[in-house]
Amino acid sequence: MFKRIVFGMVGLLALVVIVFSCFQKNGALQSSGSLQEVSYNFHVRPILSDKCYACHGPDAQKREAGLRLDVAEGAYAKLKDGKGYAIVPGKPDESEVFKRITSVDPDYQMPTPESHLGLLNEREIGLLKRWIEQGAKYENHWAFSVPKASKVPETSDPDWSKNEIDHFVRAKMDEQGLSPSEEAEKSYLLKRLSFDLNGLPPSLELQQQFEQDQSEESYERVVDALLAEKAYGEKMSVHWLDVARYADSYGYQDDEYRTQWPWRDWVIKAYNENMPYDRFITWQLAGDLLPDATKEQVLATAFLRNHKYTEEGGVIPEEYRIEYNLDKTRTYSSGLLGLTVECAQCHDHKYDPVSQEDYYRLFAFFNNSKEKGFEGDVSQSVPAKSPILAISKSEINEMMRFINHADTSKLLVSVMGENDSIRPTHILNRGVYDAPGRVVTARALKVVMDFDTLKYPKNRLGLAQWTVSKQNPLTARVFVNQLWQEFFGRGIVKSTGDFGMQGDLPSHPELLDWLAVDFMNHGWDVKRLVKQIVMSATYRQSSKADPKKRDRDPDNVYLARGIRVRLPAEFIRDAVLASSGLLNRKIGGYSVKPYQPEGLWESATSGRGLLATYVQDKGELLYRRGMYTFIKLTVPPPSMIIFDASNRDKCEVARLNTNTPLQALVMLNDPTVLEASRVLAEKMAVSKSPAKEKIRESFRRIVCREPTDKELSLLLDYYQEEQAYFTKNKAGAQKVLNVGEYPHDTKAPYQESAALMRVINMMYNMEETITKS
Amino acid sequence: MEKQVFDFGMNTTRRHFLSKMSLGIGSAALGSLLVPDIFKGGEADPSDIIAGLPHFAPKAKRIIYLFQNGAPSQLDLFDYKPMLNKMHGEELPESIRGGQRLTGMTANQASFPLAGSMFNFKQHGKSGAWISELLPYTAGIVDDLCFVKSLNTDAINHDPALTFFQTGAQVGNRPSMGAWLSYGLGSENKNLPGYCVLLSRGKGNGQGVYSKLWTNGFLDSVHQGVQFSSGENPVLYLGDPEGMDRTQRRNMLDKLAELNQGTLDEFGDPEIATKIQQYEMAFRMQTAVPEITDMSKEPESIVKLYGPECLVPGTYAANCLLARKLSEQGVRFIQLYHQGWDGHGKLPQEIRGQCMDSDQASAALVTDLKQRGLLDETLVIWGGEFGRTNYCQGKLEKDDYGRDHHPRAFTVWMAGGGIKPGMVYGETDEFGYNIVKNPVHVHDFHATILNQMGLDHEKLVFKHQGRRYRLTDVAGKIVKDIIA
Repeated sequence: MFKRIVFGMVGLLALVVIVFSCFQKNGALQSSGSLQEVSYNFHVRPILSDKCYACHGPDAQKREAGLRLDVAEGAYAKLKDGKGYAIVPGKPDESEVFKRITSVDPDYQMPTPESHLGLLNEREIGLLKRWIEQGAKYENHWAFSVPKASKVPETSDPDWSKNEIDHFVRAKMDEQGLSPSEEAEKSYLLKRLSFDLNGLPPSLELQQQFEQDQSEESYERVVDALLAEKAYGEKMSVHWLDVARYADSYGYQDDEYRTQWPWRDWVIKAYNENMPYDRFITWQLAGDLLPDATKEQVLATAFLRNHKYTEEGGVIPEEYRIEYNLDKTRTYSSGLLGLTVECAQCHDHKYDPVSQEDYYRLFAFFNNSKEKGFEGDVSQSVPAKSPILAISKSEINEMMRFINHADTSKLLVSVMGENDSIRPTHILNRGVYDAPGRVVTARALKVVMDFDTLKYPKNRLGLAQWTVSKQNPLTARVFVNQLWQEFFGRGIVKSTGDFGMQGDLPSHPELLDWLAVDFMNHGWDVKRLVKQIVMSATYRQSSKADPKKRDRDPDNVYLARGIRVRLPAEFIRDAVLASSGLLNRKIGGYSVKPYQPEGLWESATSGRGLLATYVQDKGELLYRRGMYTFIKLTVPPPSMIIFDASNRDKCEVARLNTNTPLQALVMLNDPTVLEASRVLAEKMAVSKSPAKEKIRESFRRIVCREPTDKELSLLLDYYQEEQAYFTKNKAGAQKVLNVGEYPHDTKAPYQESAALMRVINMMYNMEETITKS
Repeated sequence: MEKQVFDFGMNTTRRHFLSKMSLGIGSAALGSLLVPDIFKGGEADPSDIIAGLPHFAPKAKRIIYLFQNGAPSQLDLFDYKPMLNKMHGEELPESIRGGQRLTGMTANQASFPLAGSMFNFKQHGKSGAWISELLPYTAGIVDDLCFVKSLNTDAINHDPALTFFQTGAQVGNRPSMGAWLSYGLGSENKNLPGYCVLLSRGKGNGQGVYSKLWTNGFLDSVHQGVQFSSGENPVLYLGDPEGMDRTQRRNMLDKLAELNQGTLDEFGDPEIATKIQQYEMAFRMQTAVPEITDMSKEPESIVKLYGPECLVPGTYAANCLLARKLSEQGVRFIQLYHQGWDGHGKLPQEIRGQCMDSDQASAALVTDLKQRGLLDETLVIWGGEFGRTNYCQGKLEKDDYGRDHHPRAFTVWMAGGGIKPGMVYGETDEFGYNIVKNPVHVHDFHATILNQMGLDHEKLVFKHQGRRYRLTDVAGKIVKDIIA
C-alpha cells in the first residue's frame, strides 16, 4: 500500500514529497502522533511482544487461557471462556485486550501484577486503541519478508548527497526536521578512514599527502589506497573473530592451549582477497562438504569449531557433545541470521515463531559431526580435537601461503567432518542432554524461509545454500547491519543480534533493505559495500554538534552529525604501537604474549597444562597488533577486556562501549603505553629540531592532526616544567626512562627524553587520541 | 556500541543520560566503577520505571562471600552421619542412590563403598550444631551461624557448577551475583570499586577459577568484579611508574583535563566529560586502594584474631582481613575464592591442610565484624559449588579415602545480614545422600540473598537481546525460615 504524505518545510520553496510504503512507516515513535495510520510492525507489535507474548504468544506450553495474540486468527477468535473476543477489529471498547490494559482492577488488568511487566503507558494504550480502531491489521514481521529495494527517495537537498545512502539518510532527517552537519575537517576524516579501514592511525606521510592533495578525487584516492592495504583484512577480521568466538585456548577449568589460528589467518586473507560474503559463509559452514573440497575449504569450517572444549576429568561426554552443538547453533543463528533462538532449546520460543522442534531441526545440521564430547583430560591434551585437519609445511608452501607459520611443524586445526551415517537428533526435553524426546530431521528455520529439500541437501551444505539464497530475508540484512555498526557505532537495527520480534526496529528500514538488495545484486561484494559507506556524505559529516542539535537526537539515530566513538581495544594498542614506530606489521601466525601484569594466569589456574604460567614473549613479538594477543579464555588479556574487547566466551555481534577509571589506569600505567612514549621520546630527542617542533610532530603522530596554539603552548609548558625537573634530577630521568625491553637510543639525552616522554604519555591519554571523531 | 544501562529503570541510554546529567555537573563521577545513586534520579517516563531500588528496606548492605572452590566435604565438616561409620566399607544401597548420575570419574567404578568420616564430631554452642574436629574456630562461633544442610545444585562438574553458583546459569556469559548487586544497588564508596574479587589457594587438589565468574555479562562493564591481586599492584595498572610522584601525577592530570576540556568545548560530546571524571576517579583509587591493602597498621589483637598469615598478602587469612576492611569502606560485594577443596583422593590429608588455612580466618571475620557492630548489616556466606559423595572414590583404606562430586546435598553457612543465627536448616537422610527436609536449590539461595539486600529477585531484571534476564532465571523461592 502506498500513501503520499505531503508536508511543507520552513524556508523551502518546494513542498517535499516523500513516498511511504506501508513498510516504511518510519521507526520514529515520536512522530507517531502525526501519522495517519498506526503500523502493526513498527508500533503495535513491539508493545504486544514485550507485554503480552510471554503468556499469549508462540510458546504453546505457557499459553494462558488458550489465547494467542501474535496471530490474527488467535486474536480475533472467540475467547475460550466464551465471553467475548480479545480483539474486535474497529471496536476497541468491545475488545477484551483494550478493556484489560486500561483497567485498574488488579484481578482483571493486563499485564497481571504477578508478571512484573508493568502496565502500558498512555502512549502505548493510545497506539493500541488507534490500531484496533483502524481494523487491527496484522502484518508479517518485517525481518522475515524478503527485502525489496525501494525507490531512492528524493530529499530537500539533492546536492548534499554523494550516493544512495545519503538520499535515505537525508530523507529521514527531513522527516525529523534535522539537517546534516558540514563535512569534517580533512585530518579528522583521514583518521576516521584510517582506523575504519585499517585499524591504524594514518602515518605522517599519509597525513601530509592527503592535506596537500586538494583535488576532487583526493578522498576517493585515499579510500582506495587504504582498501588495498593488507591491514584492511586485519581490521575487518576483528569483528568476525568476535562472531566466531575465536580464542587460543580451550576454556573451561584447565584451559589448555589450542591452535585455531590458521583459521584466523584464513579470515584475514579472505577479506583481503575480497571473497564474496556468500562464499565466505558457505566455506565456513560447509567447506568440507563441497565437491572435491580443498584443504583451504576444510580449514574454513574451523569457524564452527572455535567454541570451548572441556578437559575436566570426569565429565559426561554426551552432555558436552550436546553443549558444543548448542554453541554451534547459537553462533550460526545469532551471528549469521541475527536471531536469538536458544530460548527454543528448552521450550517453544516466547516471542518469535520458533518452536522447540524448529530449534532441534536446526541443531540437527551440526549434530552429525564426527566430534566427541570428551577426548581425555588435560594431561592428554592435543591442540586440536577430532576431526582434525593436519597441515604440513609443504602444503602451506604450495597452496596455503597465507598461513604465517615460521617453523616446519605440522599444524593441527579442529574442523568439521561428517559421520557416514546420520546420527539421529532428538528433541531434548527441557533442553537437557539426558532427556531425549522424539527424533527430528534437519531443516532450516521455516519462519525465515522454506527449506526446500528438493533444492537443498539435508546437511550443512544445504544449510549454507539456504542461508545465502537471495530469497533469505535475513543473511544480507544482518551482515550489512553488522558492517554499518563498524562504521557508525550502532547498527541500523540496534539489536545487532536480534532481528526477531523483541529486537529493535530499524531506524532506516528502507536504507537497510536497499543496501541488502544492492549488496546481493553486486555479488555480495564486501569491499564495494565498505567503499559505498565511507564515500557517503553521511559518513563524512563532522561530529561537532551544538548542544541543541545533540539534545534533539542524543544517540545520533538520525545521523545528522558524524560518528564520535572510542576505538576498539585492539586498535588502541595498534595506535600506540604504530604512532611510536614500534608496530610489527607481520600478518598472522601464532598468537603472542606481550607485557601483562604479573601473576594473572598463575593465580587463576588449576596448575595443570601449558598455560598455567604466563611466559611473556620477547623482541619484535612484543609489538604485534592487538588482534594477535594470545586469548586464554579463563583469563583474557586484561588491557583488552578493560576496553570492552569480547572475552570470546561465545558469539558476540556487538561490543559494549564503556568509559571507566580502569581505562584511565591502563593508558597511564600500562608498560606498553609507557614504552611507546619512551621510544618515541628518544626518537624525538635525538633530532636537532626545536622542542616545539618535536612536540608538534609527536602530536601529529598520536592525535593525527595539527595541535592548536593553545594545545601546543600547554604541552610546551609541561615539557619545560618537566625538563627543569629532570635537569636537577638526572638519576630520576634514567629511572623514568627505564621501561620496556626495546633498546634505548644511546644518543638521546636523558633529561630531554624523560621530559618528552611525559609529554608524549599525556598525549596518549588525551580522550581524542583513542576516539574516532 | 551504546548499551542501555538503565534498561529496566529508565529506558534511556547512557549517552542520553549523560547529555542530560553530566554536562556541567562537574563532580558527577559517572559510568565509573562506582555506580552512583544518581542513577536513580533523572528524567524518565514514570511508566517506564517498573521498579524503584532497592525494592524494600534491606537487611544487609554488603556481602562477603567466602567461596570454597573445589567443593569441601560436608560429610567431614558439618553433616555428621554416624551411619556411614557403622556401614563403613559396605556398598551404597541402590535405593539411596536412586539413579543419581555419576561423574565420569566414578561411573565405571565397580563398587561404591560407603566411607565414614575419620574425623570426630561434637555438638557446640547453644544451638548444638555438629562440627568436626577439623574446624575448632568455626565450632567456637556456631551460635552466630546458620547452617543450611540442604543446598542442592543441577551441575555435577566444577566449571558448570561454579558458573551456576555465580551467575545462576551453567553456561553462557550471564552477569554474576556481584554484578547484579552492583547494577541493582550501586556503590557506597566513591573511591573503590563496588565489587571486589580476592583469590587464594590452599594446598589441596585445585580447580581453576575464571574471570567469567565475576563477569558483568551483558550488564555495563562498570559492574564487573575488580580482581585484587597480592602482587605489587592490588588493582591492575594501579601503580604509577617509577619516578612519578603524586604531585607530578596531579600536575599531569590537571593539564590533561585542560586538554580534554578543550575537546569537550569543541565537540560537545558528553563522553569527554565522563572521561575527565574517570581520570579523577582513577587518581582517587590510586590513593584509596593502597591504603586499604596496607595491613601494617592493624593492631596486634587483629593479627592474633585472624592468625599470623593475615600479614602475608594473597593468603586466605589476608583476604579475609582485607574483605573486612573493604566492607567497612562500603564495598557492596566482596567475593573470595579459596581453591583446593577437590578431595577425590587423599581427602583426609588434604582437608586437614585446607581447614588449617581457612578455619581461623573465616571465624575471625565473623567475630571481627560482630565486634565492630557490622555483622548485622553484612552477610557472610561460606560454601562450595556442590558437596562430596558418601561413598569412596578410588580405594577405601583404613586412613585414606576420596570422595567424588555430589550435587544432591551439601552444606553452606551464613552469618549476619538478617539471617537467623544459631540455626541449622534442612536435613539429609542418614546416609547424608538425599535431602529429607527443606531443600534449598541454588536459585532459592540466590533469591534469599537478593531479598536480604532489599531486592526482589523477580523484579531485578535486565532486558538483553529481546529477553528479560534475572539472576534466578525463571525460578527461585525465598527461604523465609532462615530470615531473622
